[in-house]
Amino acid sequence: MSAFLDTIQSAAGNDGQQSALVSGLFSIFLIVTAIVYVAVILFLLWAVFRRRRGESREGALRSILVGWVGVTAMILAGLTIATWLYDRELAFAANTPALEIEITANQWWWDVRYADDEASDIFRTANELHLPVGVPAHITLRSNDVIHSFWVPNLAGKQDMIPGRENDISITPLREGVYRSQCAEFCGLQHARMALDVTVESRQAFAAWRAAQLRPAAAPPNRLAQLGQAIVTGRQCSSCHTVAGTSASGQVAPDLTHFASRRTIAAGTLMMNRANIAAWIADPQAPKPGNNMPKVTLNAEELRAVTAYLESLR
Amino acid sequence: MSSLCRADAALLALLALAGCHRETRDYRSSAMASADRGAAFEGNAFHVAQGQRLYGWMNCSGCHAHGGGGMGPPLMDDEWRYGGSMGEIAATILDGRPNGMPAFRSRITEDQAWQLAAFVRAMSAQPRQDALPARADEPRNTEPMTLDERKPIRRATPKQDDRSEE
Repeated sequence: MSAFLDTIQSAAGNDGQQSALVSGLFSIFLIVTAIVYVAVILFLLWAVFRRRRGESREGALRSILVGWVGVTAMILAGLTIATWLYDRELAFAANTPALEIEITANQWWWDVRYADDEASDIFRTANELHLPVGVPAHITLRSNDVIHSFWVPNLAGKQDMIPGRENDISITPLREGVYRSQCAEFCGLQHARMALDVTVESRQAFAAWRAAQLRPAAAPPNRLAQLGQAIVTGRQCSSCHTVAGTSASGQVAPDLTHFASRRTIAAGTLMMNRANIAAWIADPQAPKPGNNMPKVTLNAEELRAVTAYLESLR
Repeated sequence: MSSLCRADAALLALLALAGCHRETRDYRSSAMASADRGAAFEGNAFHVAQGQRLYGWMNCSGCHAHGGGGMGPPLMDDEWRYGGSMGEIAATILDGRPNGMPAFRSRITEDQAWQLAAFVRAMSAQPRQDALPARADEPRNTEPMTLDERKPIRRATPKQDDRSEE
């Protein structure tokens, strides 16, 4: 079940230009407020242990207080200016995006669409996001049902996905790696099993992945997979799922064209392997109760065939 | 009210709470196995709501609009060409009907068809009122026609009304 044990979500991450900026601002705040805290505590201790002396020192105290208020105002103004500068830099960080991505959240999965001016260069995938390192990506965020929130803590900040509204976020990844992303707004029963697998890779690797994603689904390699393809296109599967290159063209569930090339099934619920594919189709309500994938009645042979076909969709 | 009386009232209120029934969400289609599956589906807010989502996903609105009808007949009135019971509507969805209603038997599962039937009946406010969706997924500016009282037809403009009275 623990599909993402190899990655750690860290809000203090600085693997993206945006998260590095936020981390930098956070460090400034942490250091300044820590110094102020220590100063206040020291003053308090001094006041506690100071022995009361006879003469009145009202005048000296007043000038100390006025000085302290002045210092506080200056610190607050400094932090305000720092926030403004960092915010400005965040806004301009991906001013000229080289990659346009549209992510639509659904209960409980991510529909990822790589946009392009050339219609034939547009493709859809689900529950995974590939980004080339060092390339500013602009992501448009939408929701189909309830409020979700897009959050890859290691790379950038958090942005809500609100039905009927478009939000956006920019990510410029700085380091290659695999990052876990999690829906960050409670969105119903399976909110916890709504993960997005983010892969940051070299430009060459990304170009190769993109080229592979643009290809239609592979032809079934054997008789069993052929039977599986006939079931997927002829039965209930094709009403909701797309397998590019076949007649299956439903738009309301994850695109299955390159299903087996992903690392997980059902938004991080199960690891991708033959046993889990079969288990998922046999009873989708067991590993992820309440999700919208219905149980389609298949006999053992049909289940084996559909599993073999899905496994061949690389 | 004495304190004893108040305690009794609180106890009675607590006991009354025990009568409250929390609806169970039935993901594993046990409603299909129930003897009266029609009532089991349409008396369950979860099934009606799932039916509403399927209504959009399966593009029912392409012909029936959001209940008002278009190329297909309206679904929010009380007229049924092929029967308005849960079983009849589910059969209509699964096997299709003459004059254009396509069969969805190989497109959706049987319990999805029953969920859809429950939502279709909800459009004309037939199921239990507490099972009806609190809000529609699509904007709707009329109540189900079955809840409307028939009103006498008014003339197009007040001027014409005046003239007729003269």
